[in-house]
Amino acid sequence: MPLTATTTRTEFSDSEDYLWTLNFGPQHPATHTTLRLILKLDGERVVDAIPDLGYLHSGFEKIGEHLDYNQYVTVTDRMNYISPMANNVAWHHAVETLLGIELTPRCKYIRVIISELARISDHLLSTGAMGLDTGAFTFFLYAFYQREVIYDIFETLCGARFTNSYTRVGGVMHDMTPLVEEKIRTFLKNFPKTLNDMERLLNRNRIFVDRTKDVGVLTKEEAINRSVTGPVARASGVTRDVRKDDPYLGYEEFDFQVCCAKAGDCFARYYVRMAEMRESMKIIEQAVKDLPSGPVNVGVDERTALPTKEQVYQTIEGTITHFELVMANRGFEVPSEESYAAIEAPNGELGFYLAGDGSNVAYRARCRPPSFMHFALFPHLIEGHTLSDVVAVLGSLNIIAAELDR
Amino acid sequence: MTDHQEIIAALTDRFGEVNASEFRGQQRIVIPHDASFSAMHFLKESNGFDFLVDITCVDYLNYRDATDRFGVAYLLANIGTSQRITVRVFVNEPDPSIESVTSLWAGANWLEREVWDMFGIQFNGHPDLRRILLPEEFTVHPLRKDYPLQGRGERHNFPVLRRAQA
Repeated sequence: MPLTATTTRTEFSDSEDYLWTLNFGPQHPATHTTLRLILKLDGERVVDAIPDLGYLHSGFEKIGEHLDYNQYVTVTDRMNYISPMANNVAWHHAVETLLGIELTPRCKYIRVIISELARISDHLLSTGAMGLDTGAFTFFLYAFYQREVIYDIFETLCGARFTNSYTRVGGVMHDMTPLVEEKIRTFLKNFPKTLNDMERLLNRNRIFVDRTKDVGVLTKEEAINRSVTGPVARASGVTRDVRKDDPYLGYEEFDFQVCCAKAGDCFARYYVRMAEMRESMKIIEQAVKDLPSGPVNVGVDERTALPTKEQVYQTIEGTITHFELVMANRGFEVPSEESYAAIEAPNGELGFYLAGDGSNVAYRARCRPPSFMHFALFPHLIEGHTLSDVVAVLGSLNIIAAELDR
Repeated sequence: MTDHQEIIAALTDRFGEVNASEFRGQQRIVIPHDASFSAMHFLKESNGFDFLVDITCVDYLNYRDATDRFGVAYLLANIGTSQRITVRVFVNEPDPSIESVTSLWAGANWLEREVWDMFGIQFNGHPDLRRILLPEEFTVHPLRKDYPLQGRGERHNFPVLRRAQA
């Protein structure tokens, strides 16, 4: 198979031969991951941008047709690797919707806590990296210090820092220990101070505001028409949040607000993310305070969740359930149906469209990646701006190439 | 807020038999292949489904009791009422093709390109139907069920650029 460079599709006439073609990426410090853009420049103005993706395509959806419902969670870790917990929750939310499993109250609260912690850590990285790209290095270090604290919480919770794989069908890997709760409380106590510092660093910073205000403006109509979700859509005034519109995991019980802005520029996207971190903190605070006691996984007798090791070794029901679930010709009772379930991931609506065929493995596991829609937007946003705005717009969209290409 | 039943009645009125079903509280309808674009237009303009969540496809090659080869699924949502609906259209070989909805939703552009890339379904009227994730030289559509998990040696035979040549 020959390997040719991708041609730029948009044709330019001979009278426009003064335009420069600049290859941006796939390896570039400001893309953070493997992205490629072909830019047509008139001096410093970007006339046209042609995204070229697929450098990180790893066939995750094909693998989803060959790994069972518990195994595939390890692959979801690697999609949006800056908030893997949210992906785990999204995947098993979709599986449980297909299988018709109702979670225990404690499990729901634990999942709410981890997905909100994931949101904070994702927003810290995306705003931090945006600051870094626009020259605010201190801001990035403040953000990364707090991310490290969240990694530490996750490590105490499940033993892994990055690739958590924490959820299971009908429950989670381990119950939350008092030590984790204590660490979360400490984080909640210390984090507002850093968040205030971060806001003081950038919100009225002349350089940052000049570089992001009125850059890459997305109108509300365009946002809806181009399937944009999450903080990017909310910064354009679309009041859409899956947590409120289509509550899952008992989000209707929590008191929080959906943060929106009207401007739709890079600064608004930064601002919405900063505001969302405060709302996430409110949710975690309520969830930790009211964390229900009781079992974390759904009953082992129902043959829906893997039993704990104590149950496997000490009870006959646990042994049978474990055996039934892990044997290749047994497993979950999956209907031959199709369903879609989504959560509000840090980046936007992250959903899985699953087709079950009665076996242990999904017949089709489609992931709806929010970054994919956001990157499609990029040529529209950057047109007419300068080359230095490319990194500001890319940073504000928070494109994660692993999720984009899957 | 228009009720699902009303929408289904209106669709049946216009496009003949619409196979509606509900699963876990999700409303799903199957639209005849010829009416796909007009039905999507009707859903968007007259029923307020202004948000295209996703376009995806399922290959029913080895699926039990399946009569059609591909099922293209459109997931729509209404921003105002947060109502959702799944629209499915069956597409068959040879020459699997369907009307593009890029003129209704600009967001459909890349989603349709991905379905073309992975399943080889032609979207008629698409402005730029190229492969999106795979290299342009690729000749097959890997999410089809007759394509093996480990590929057919495409990766193995990929030309390697050595440092001396670069």
